[in-house]
Amino acid sequence: MEAVVMGETPAHTPLTGDGAGEIRPDLRIIADMVAPGSRVLDIGCERGELLAYLVRHKNVDGRGIELSMEGVSAGVSNGLSIIQGDADTDLEFYPDDSFHYAILSRTLQAVRDPLGVLRHLVRIGDRAIVSFPNFGYWRVRLKLLTTGRMPVTEMLSEPWYATPNIHLCTIADFVALCRKLDIGIERSIVLRRGGRDMRSGEGGRGNLFGEQAVFLLRRGA
Amino acid sequence: MSEPNVLQPVAPWPASDLPGHRLHFDESQPLLLDSGEKLAPFTLAYQTYGALNGDKSNAIVVCHALTGDQFAAEDHPITGKPGWWSSMIGPGKPIDTDRYFVICINVIGGCIGSTGPREIDPRTGKPYGMKFPVITIPDMVRAQMRVVDHYGIDQIFCAIGGSMGGMQVLEMATRYSERVFAAAPIATAAYHTAQNIAFHEVGRQAVMADPDWCGGDYALYGKTPRRGLAVARMAAHITYLSEAALHRKFGRSLQDRKNITYGFEADFQVESYLRHQGSTFVKRFDANSYLYITRAMDYFDLAAEHGGVLARAFEGVKTRFCLVSFTSDWLFPTSESRALVHAANAAATPVSFVEIESDKGHDAFLLDEPEFHRIISGFLDGAAVYRGLRRR
Repeated sequence: MEAVVMGETPAHTPLTGDGAGEIRPDLRIIADMVAPGSRVLDIGCERGELLAYLVRHKNVDGRGIELSMEGVSAGVSNGLSIIQGDADTDLEFYPDDSFHYAILSRTLQAVRDPLGVLRHLVRIGDRAIVSFPNFGYWRVRLKLLTTGRMPVTEMLSEPWYATPNIHLCTIADFVALCRKLDIGIERSIVLRRGGRDMRSGEGGRGNLFGEQAVFLLRRGA
Repeated sequence: MSEPNVLQPVAPWPASDLPGHRLHFDESQPLLLDSGEKLAPFTLAYQTYGALNGDKSNAIVVCHALTGDQFAAEDHPITGKPGWWSSMIGPGKPIDTDRYFVICINVIGGCIGSTGPREIDPRTGKPYGMKFPVITIPDMVRAQMRVVDHYGIDQIFCAIGGSMGGMQVLEMATRYSERVFAAAPIATAAYHTAQNIAFHEVGRQAVMADPDWCGGDYALYGKTPRRGLAVARMAAHITYLSEAALHRKFGRSLQDRKNITYGFEADFQVESYLRHQGSTFVKRFDANSYLYITRAMDYFDLAAEHGGVLARAFEGVKTRFCLVSFTSDWLFPTSESRALVHAANAAATPVSFVEIESDKGHDAFLLDEPEFHRIISGFLDGAAVYRGLRRR
């Protein structure tokens, strides 16, 4: 395995399609955490929106993993290197430290083994960036409290029997898990509804008012 | 059986009469084979489509499968049928000949113009037959690079092919990685599995069991092991399809009759279809070539070429890969492509991979599968941007 050196990758020609314009607010926050010229693995990259943005604006060497044939097809057509695969089964084949960043955006809650996946993320990447919907968000809490039924919100839009989200957690749960796995939290950004940054870290307020969160992680607390 | 005094016409299609390009290499330019033997002189027959650009950066090498040949995108001169990849190659098609220069070369050991067992051995003045040296996938690729060199192409823009063609693509892109910018190995694997070798052995034994095979010297006796080769083709053809495809196409339907006949005629449509596949195949393919080429596939093992570790094959390889498999392909199943993807990942080689949903089995890569065509088209477009190829 060759050593990974920042900025070593050749200059990439800008892509033509997706990635030229603006991206989802949580993806933008993730993109801002990524150093230019780095090597990035985006797990659950969908149509490669974030990767294309990073290639275009940050000159990264980007790779993706995506479950759906449609997503892979769209991304590959846009010149990206994406494999059809699964966070639960494909991460073990990547060597240690093969990327500067391993990104998992809004996917952790849908994997079979979140512990295993988190461990792989900080193993494969010097840093891991993880975003997820916060089940502790007050609207979610309120829905469960007032209706007594599984909450359906903008972010968690499927009913319980159809949702791919089998491992939902709150921000407090996630922080506790990182501690348990000896994973260090370098930064955390909590987003209000509409994607505005709360600038308040992982405290109880964030867990109540944040609709989603983005964490920058590394191996060892 | 005594050897006839006069050489009879050896094949229903004299290779020299077939259209297309030829490259001849004389005694001073032998092909060094994996077996240690040297093949010389030899000829490579190939076809091209589109035009090579000024800086020779738009060449796509299309590698054909076991029973394919260089007539990939035009009506076949022997059968009159459309080329095996005419849906993929042409103006405005995924491999766009308005944009790319396509080269398709008959493999060494083949029977459509490139030197193979049915050509005359200059040492004896008779067809090689079983005296032709055993060839391998790397040998085929070594020969293909001669054609690439002939055009003065430093770097192939993309190597692409399915099945055995995919094996050649893997070999080409890992052994000559500096010279291959992008590679699309489709419905293929890093090695031939025990099951695949087993099927090939059935085919070879069927050929050899035909008395007309004459120990491989059938040409000398004016014979062709038609029945053996047809049986080999019938058995192989089943492996190219899927249970679902066979069911959809034929079910248990009867052939031109209302009732079963209590006999061994082709009562079922599927039998009639296979018999037809067998009998048409022998009109365009040489039995000894079939033995040699199936052997080359059996011997292929990309990991073994690299100390038994597949990931080592990809070490330092910067070629951009796009692998494709098909859900119903049980001859080269998705798991084989995935093993290649994992090996490429381990070596940090840029790789894309998609499994296309299709019930058409291994043959899906030859058929009209819109999603597959979209992927190849998109992959080539994306690679062309990185390579700096302009649209015309």
